[in-house]
Amino acid sequence: MNPTALIAEDEPLLAQALQAELARAWPELRIVASVGDGAAAVQAALQDRPDVLFFDIRMPGQGGLDAAAELADAWPGDAPFPALVFVTAYDQYAVQAFEAQAVDYVLKPVQAGRLQKTVEKLRQALAQRAARGTDLEATLGQLRHLLQGAPAAPQPQLKVIQASVGNSIRLVPIDEVAYFEAADKYVRVVCADGEVLIRTPLKDLLPQLDAQLFWQIHRGTVVRATAVESVHRDEAGKLHLALRGHKERLPVSRLYAHLFKAM
Amino acid sequence: MRRLEALDKLQNMLQVMAFCLGIATAQYIVTPERPYGPTVAYSLSIGLVTWAIVDLGRTFMPSAAETGWPSGPTAIALVVVGIAGGFFIGNGIGGVVCRTFGLYGSAPLPDPRAELRSSVVITVLAGIVGCYYFYSVGRSSYLERKMGEAKQHADEARLKLLETQLEPHMLFNTLANLRALIGVDPGRAQQMLDHMIAYLRATLDASRATTHPLQAEFDRLRDYLELMAIRMGPRLTYTLDLPPDLANVRVPTLLLQPLVENAIQHGLEPKVQGGRITVRAARQHGQLVVTVDDTGVGDAHAPSQGSGFGLSQIRERLAALHGDRADLAFRTGQDGANARITLPIA
Repeated sequence: MNPTALIAEDEPLLAQALQAELARAWPELRIVASVGDGAAAVQAALQDRPDVLFFDIRMPGQGGLDAAAELADAWPGDAPFPALVFVTAYDQYAVQAFEAQAVDYVLKPVQAGRLQKTVEKLRQALAQRAARGTDLEATLGQLRHLLQGAPAAPQPQLKVIQASVGNSIRLVPIDEVAYFEAADKYVRVVCADGEVLIRTPLKDLLPQLDAQLFWQIHRGTVVRATAVESVHRDEAGKLHLALRGHKERLPVSRLYAHLFKAM
Repeated sequence: MRRLEALDKLQNMLQVMAFCLGIATAQYIVTPERPYGPTVAYSLSIGLVTWAIVDLGRTFMPSAAETGWPSGPTAIALVVVGIAGGFFIGNGIGGVVCRTFGLYGSAPLPDPRAELRSSVVITVLAGIVGCYYFYSVGRSSYLERKMGEAKQHADEARLKLLETQLEPHMLFNTLANLRALIGVDPGRAQQMLDHMIAYLRATLDASRATTHPLQAEFDRLRDYLELMAIRMGPRLTYTLDLPPDLANVRVPTLLLQPLVENAIQHGLEPKVQGGRITVRAARQHGQLVVTVDDTGVGDAHAPSQGSGFGLSQIRERLAALHGDRADLAFRTGQDGANARITLPIA
């Protein structure tokens, strides 16, 4: 059976060009879908289950890295995870990170010679996969690494969260925060006795938190490790956290499932 | 700052002294039969007292930044007090100096009453001339400073624009599109290249004036929007509406460009289905009103919009060129963003 691929690229001409270059470099590859944003890419990939994904890193709505992480979470356990190739015009850090990784990348404008190398790597990977099955764990590790981005400059650690509540400002000691959750344009700060909203994005908040104490468990969730009571695995194999004094259960992304293991 | 001010004052004082010596010399030339010494002494005393009252006095008053002088009536009152004070106090000091140092020597003491008229006339005229001189010096240095600031803002705008245009992501994506087009549609590729050349030339051209006709501004917007339209395909539609009678109105160069780039970068690029940008110029109550509207994500994504560098920079440029007669209003809503620039039609 011919290998299949999905292209996610928001600029139509570039999607066409990549498709044309691929037709030359890998004639037997069949493009099952070409979509323009991350959410559509996740949906199409789940539906068509292609062998290879070409994801643009910058797309409207959800970018390529986030889409790949979400796809990894939603991917059914019985099918091999597709080989990932990221496409980017320029992304200095990401390119450096890719160099060290098995996950491949192609720079825009896509050039025939470079694409040929990628195609060869992909062919090998697909052949290996047929023989041994994919190593989803390795892909997850690489994605995690890429999503972390450039190491942020060391920042003074937050001691209190200051949130505006009506006309006043409420101060929440950082040790009382159970978890942070990104919600639209706010971040929910949930503590034992209720919650407040702040406007600082999660990615700006993270470098100011003690990494030993606050763990990212999902794209939009950072939990205080000492607030976690137990971890449960459901029938689908997904992890959920139960927190002390909270009814809510927090889902853990596959990307971060490695954090929880018995000593 | 205070030291500079003190130096300024010292400089003013020396100029006043030179002016007084000039007046004394002129008097000596007209009436050589009178001794030079006393004339110099009186002239310097009157001049310095007037200077002290007017020049030092105005630093203790709330003065306009434009000229360093208080407003209308207060300034006139200050000058009148200065000249009157200079006349009475200065004459007193002059008399004391003359007597102390025996400047008249053997010459007969002049009759103060006979001298009164010419003394008053000279003091008043010299006082007015001196004050007017310092007033215009202050004013012209203010204007020079303002022009320097306007130029600096224009330079900053150009630099900022250069950074956005040569931003690697924008540049390489545009080049990637161009490369793709060359293969499938060489004619359109050529057009795209032309837009890109015009677009880059507009910013890289260092000898550009600080203002240009609105038509030129709209042409640059079209270059940028055409490039983006090729990249974004059906996700971007745009309208540029410039009535012919406004085409020649002069506006600061590339004033609107950051607004349109904001609309693309923060409004339409993050929105999956894309949207529309409308740039419209109109004449309202004798003023030029330019609006940039987009149907992008609005306030859903960028809470810090409205205070960004692009906007504050436009505000500074407008203020430098038109003071409070120009204005930029910006708001984001559920269904996009709206920017509105109002400026006088020069």
